Amino acid sequence: MVIFFYLFATLIIISSFLVVFSKNPVYSVLWLIFAFCNGSGLMILLGAEFLAMMLIVIYVGAVAVLFLFVIMMLDVHFAEAIIQTKKNLLLSSIVALIMFIDLGLIILLGSKNIHFKPNTSLITAANISNAHAIGRVLYTDFILPFQTAGIILFVAMISCITLTMRSRSGVKRQDINMQNSKNKANSIVMVKPALNEGIEGIKYE
Amino acid sequence: MIITIEHYLILSSLIFTIGMMGLFMHRKNVITILMSIELMLLAVNINFAAFSTHAGELSGQIFSIINLTIAAAETSIGLAILLVYFRNKNSIEVSDINQMKG
Repeated sequence: MVIFFYLFATLIIISSFLVVFSKNPVYSVLWLIFAFCNGSGLMILLGAEFLAMMLIVIYVGAVAVLFLFVIMMLDVHFAEAIIQTKKNLLLSSIVALIMFIDLGLIILLGSKNIHFKPNTSLITAANISNAHAIGRVLYTDFILPFQTAGIILFVAMISCITLTMRSRSGVKRQDINMQNSKNKANSIVMVKPALNEGIEGIKYE
Repeated sequence: MIITIEHYLILSSLIFTIGMMGLFMHRKNVITILMSIELMLLAVNINFAAFSTHAGELSGQIFSIINLTIAAAETSIGLAILLVYFRNKNSIEVSDINQMKG
């Protein structure tokens, strides 16, 4: 168990460094996938199997594919972005170092005093699996957050569709109402063209 | 040698810090900024799972599941906004987003 924790921890740190420092954003997304796989390994070590599977399904299956799709759809030159990154490296690493020392001090000084009084209805039972235990409380005790998450996903879906939808001019689309309203009277014009002359004044809808 | 909650907390704070460093570094590339935010959310989820196991109850894992949903929604809306912005301005640099500056 101990060696697996250190293996996953090392790999997740290396891959998250590479997410930040990769020159090509496609490689960044691939390292992000690797980081999430290692994160789900850590969660399996913690005993949260259902959460680990959710992490794989949601991040690797949906979010990473979305990132890859957008990166390949945008035709951006990322070469200039690297130069800017080098300039910000010193400042950002100083800020990150201060932040890490701060967080580490808080954890090392404060974690001795952590005492929980667990909610009795939510205590993990030993004889049922993790997914079973989550399913028991997710739809009963936590129904309000669960439904709220569903509403948030619904709103996100609507906003994504309305943001990215556009009507281009010049594209011929089928319009059922216009098709059905056509009849002989409003679609056929009988003309008798004069010899050697064209016909003017006919408009197409 | 046994793995305690401090190990997980230190690890997640390290990942969070790396994500924050990416947030500061990439001032030009919005896609990498979104990826750094995903890294920070992963650190938060590890933290929740660690505390949930430490306390022996399930509410941390449930919060983490809802966190995953919000992260997916946030990423999809961010990428949609990025797509619309790229269509209008032909660039995804953060420094170009200054039309409201006046």
